[in-house]
Amino acid sequence: MGWAGELVFVACAVLAVFGAVATVAARSPLRAAMALLVNIVAIAGLFLTLRGHLLSVLQLLVYAGAVVVLFIFVIMMIGPSAQPVRSRTARTRGLAVRTLAFGMMALGTVAIAAVLGEQAMDWPSVPPAFGTVEAFGRELYQNDVIPFELIGVLLLVAIIGAIAVARGRSPEEAALSDARKKEEAEKVAKRREEEQRLAAEVAAHGGGH
Amino acid sequence: MGIGLGEYLALASVLFGIGAVGFLVRRNALIQLMSIELMLNAVNVVLVAFNRFHPTNHTGQLFAFFVIAIAAAEAAVGLAIVLNVFRLKKTVESDKVDLLRN
Repeated sequence: MGWAGELVFVACAVLAVFGAVATVAARSPLRAAMALLVNIVAIAGLFLTLRGHLLSVLQLLVYAGAVVVLFIFVIMMIGPSAQPVRSRTARTRGLAVRTLAFGMMALGTVAIAAVLGEQAMDWPSVPPAFGTVEAFGRELYQNDVIPFELIGVLLLVAIIGAIAVARGRSPEEAALSDARKKEEAEKVAKRREEEQRLAAEVAAHGGGH
Repeated sequence: MGIGLGEYLALASVLFGIGAVGFLVRRNALIQLMSIELMLNAVNVVLVAFNRFHPTNHTGQLFAFFVIAIAAAEAAVGLAIVLNVFRLKKTVESDKVDLLRN
């Protein structure tokens, strides 16, 4: 990796950490989504320094283009209720925040110290086609066709599930299911009445046995 | 100082830690979902970095590819659930969603 690559790594690493912290710390979900976007673009840059050209493009297309837009759609649909409210558990949560943040900081420090203490191994030289669309696609379709097809099925199922869950009920459907529920409740109430009557009968006549 | 594999791994672990803290600490379901995306992204960095270190095949990059697809599906379904919870409870705070408590 040349000095340009190292410069890109440092810039992207700083941006990625900044974006991640801002995502987690932002009060407003919209700001968090924007910070997530910064993080995602920075990670796409990191993929570039690692010769993952196709993955870098996919990262931008799928995450920045689809996932973040989906998040923003939902934030817009939910409206002002997406804003946080001060909750009663704030104090205990403050303790949890401090404990967790301290623990994670300690772990991060250990990770970085372990890296700095050790002689970096040289990156192996790569074949020129590594990470290009052609090489990646060849391997995807030669070795991993079945997982690829399965992921297609999974995405289809996810789409259908998301629609089914998010669509809600139309007024007619709601009326129909309410009527059905009422019918069910009446049936249950009748049965319970019957049971009580029987129990009373047993208590009145069957005490001698 | 040269940037080696370890620097990438340290960066990824820091990013994963931030995502984990965000998921555990925040009570806004939307931001919790974003924290999950942060963690998945950190894992992708690890996969691609190791693949760069063993460039005879593309296994790591393929794995990252599948992780991206799974993350997209997860975001779609998760956001649908958040929308439904919002319809039911008029809030996206995960503390307030306690229908199954007791």
